[in-house]
Amino acid sequence: MGELRLMKGNEVIAEAAIRCGCDAYFGYPITPQSEVMETLMDREPWDETGMVVLQAESEIASIHMIYGAAASGKKVITSSSSPGISLMAEGISYIAGAELPCVIVNVQRGGPGLGTIQPSQADYWQSTKGGGHGDYRLIVLAPSSVQEMNDFVELGFKLAFKYRNPAMILTDGVIGQTMEKVILSDYIPRLTDEEINEKYGSWATNGRKPGRQRNIITSLEMDSGRMEQNNLRLQAKYAKMEEEEVLFEEFQCEDAEYLLVAFGSSSRICQKTVDLAREKGIKVGLLRPITLFPFPKKPIAALAKQVKGILVVEMNAGQMVEDVQLAAGCAIPVKHFGRMGGIIPSPGEVVEALEQKLIGG
Amino acid sequence: MELKDIINPNNLVYEKPELLTENTMHYCPGCSHGVVHKLLAEVIEDLDIQDKTIGVSPVGCAVFAYNYIEIDWQEAAHGRAPAVATGIARTNPDKVVFTYQGDGDLASIGAAEILHACNRGENMVVIFVNNGIYGMTGGQMAPTTLIGQVTATTPNGRDVGRNGYPLKITELIAQLPGTSYVTRQSVHTPATIRKCKKAIAKAFQAALDKKGTSFVEVVSTCNMNWKMTPVKANEWMVENMFPFYVPGDLKDSSKADPESYTPLKN
Repeated sequence: MGELRLMKGNEVIAEAAIRCGCDAYFGYPITPQSEVMETLMDREPWDETGMVVLQAESEIASIHMIYGAAASGKKVITSSSSPGISLMAEGISYIAGAELPCVIVNVQRGGPGLGTIQPSQADYWQSTKGGGHGDYRLIVLAPSSVQEMNDFVELGFKLAFKYRNPAMILTDGVIGQTMEKVILSDYIPRLTDEEINEKYGSWATNGRKPGRQRNIITSLEMDSGRMEQNNLRLQAKYAKMEEEEVLFEEFQCEDAEYLLVAFGSSSRICQKTVDLAREKGIKVGLLRPITLFPFPKKPIAALAKQVKGILVVEMNAGQMVEDVQLAAGCAIPVKHFGRMGGIIPSPGEVVEALEQKLIGG
Repeated sequence: MELKDIINPNNLVYEKPELLTENTMHYCPGCSHGVVHKLLAEVIEDLDIQDKTIGVSPVGCAVFAYNYIEIDWQEAAHGRAPAVATGIARTNPDKVVFTYQGDGDLASIGAAEILHACNRGENMVVIFVNNGIYGMTGGQMAPTTLIGQVTATTPNGRDVGRNGYPLKITELIAQLPGTSYVTRQSVHTPATIRKCKKAIAKAFQAALDKKGTSFVEVVSTCNMNWKMTPVKANEWMVENMFPFYVPGDLKDSSKADPESYTPLKN
């Protein structure tokens, strides 16, 4: 059984990275996630596990350091917040194109532009639909508690290495800055060079050993036919993720007549909304997508047959609502309620929106 | 001497390094890249470090460098090779990492990455091929294009008022305490090729000895985009580039007291 602690979400990312046997963290300071690197530098994991922690000159450099280390078979993580993730978009596309595993944490803040340092969920499209150039997907995990900030680091690595694909933990300033109790994971030792060679020797650029072909990590292919085949291989991988890796949670959906769909910190608010609405006699349930890609299309489609309407609650102008509409079809209304600019909606506000937009109160 | 004596292996005076692949190089006839690749292959072979050397290729003409030397390679985004190499070197301190970059890649879009990697003293070798022009994209102005030099984006010659000054980035890099060996070479004559090989060998030895960043600029020609014959391009380089990009060592701490150098902490 792990160790019980009271910690901030951002601190937990750092602690979980050390404990899960990470080889390196490369990052650049940005509010509201700077505690990730500060915690790592304070913990000095290089003495404890040999983990490398480096403050890069920019987010651009950080993500390309991640690319370099990941290509050599190492388990590497970075973190940033929205404007910094935009700078990383180039490298993320290269990592996805070269099919390398890594974990990227986005502690979202309000945009566009320099925006605000307050929490937001306005990077849903950036995370799930692209961000960088080309047809690629990230595995996107949306924690709704400090505990999940711990758990999703190892889960992110598990999926990233299974698919040789970057995984993103898409969280926000609420979860990053909240202190909650957390059960920390037990330590997993870092892989030795021999173990990396055994597990990833077929592709990792860790020095051409006698008897093996040289390994080349690149996303470049000048022959259109072969480049299309590369794309088809990626698409098959994403289809497999959609088949096998969907994670979601249902909350009081059994008898629900109305459904809330929300991820991350919005889903925490919506849990309280469900309680408040039920006190008023409104039978409402909550579906929380845990993986934003792959998106839980099937469970939403199933609940759309049961409920009279769906309200999608997000701290943005309406992004995930489009995926919910696609999954739910046209038979029932699918509405959006959102706050922006770093404003966190209250559970009561969501009840009012539910009444106004769906029940017609 | 008869033919059978000439082709007798004992009489060989030259052979292709084993580490150079059989792939036909895509470089234009007269280009300096092929010579620099051969020197790299020879140095890695001479030092017997092919099982622990990782190359990082750039965006530009040398993007396909990974096709030509039998070692592990990573292909970096434009200008980011020093960051990629940092990631490899920091997590694989027992390996030898080098970047191979052109002047647009290193001195323009990747200026931040190269300066900070060199300033941190990342334990790596940088091979900087400076031909004063963007080759791959068709001969546009580079940060190292000389004043008055004609390129696709300076058709009337580089004008300081419009385009700013040519950048002596190697002089900047030599100022950084993280670099231990900074040199400027060329490969236009047999003598300079031999000298350049010695410089590359010294740079790789410095990486093996964990002396921080070693930086080898090779002033080169791009006869195709300079629109000259290879011979004329070599002459033009000597006459026009050497007075501004003066060949020779800019910094050599290889003989300095090892105690005076602060090694990187991983």
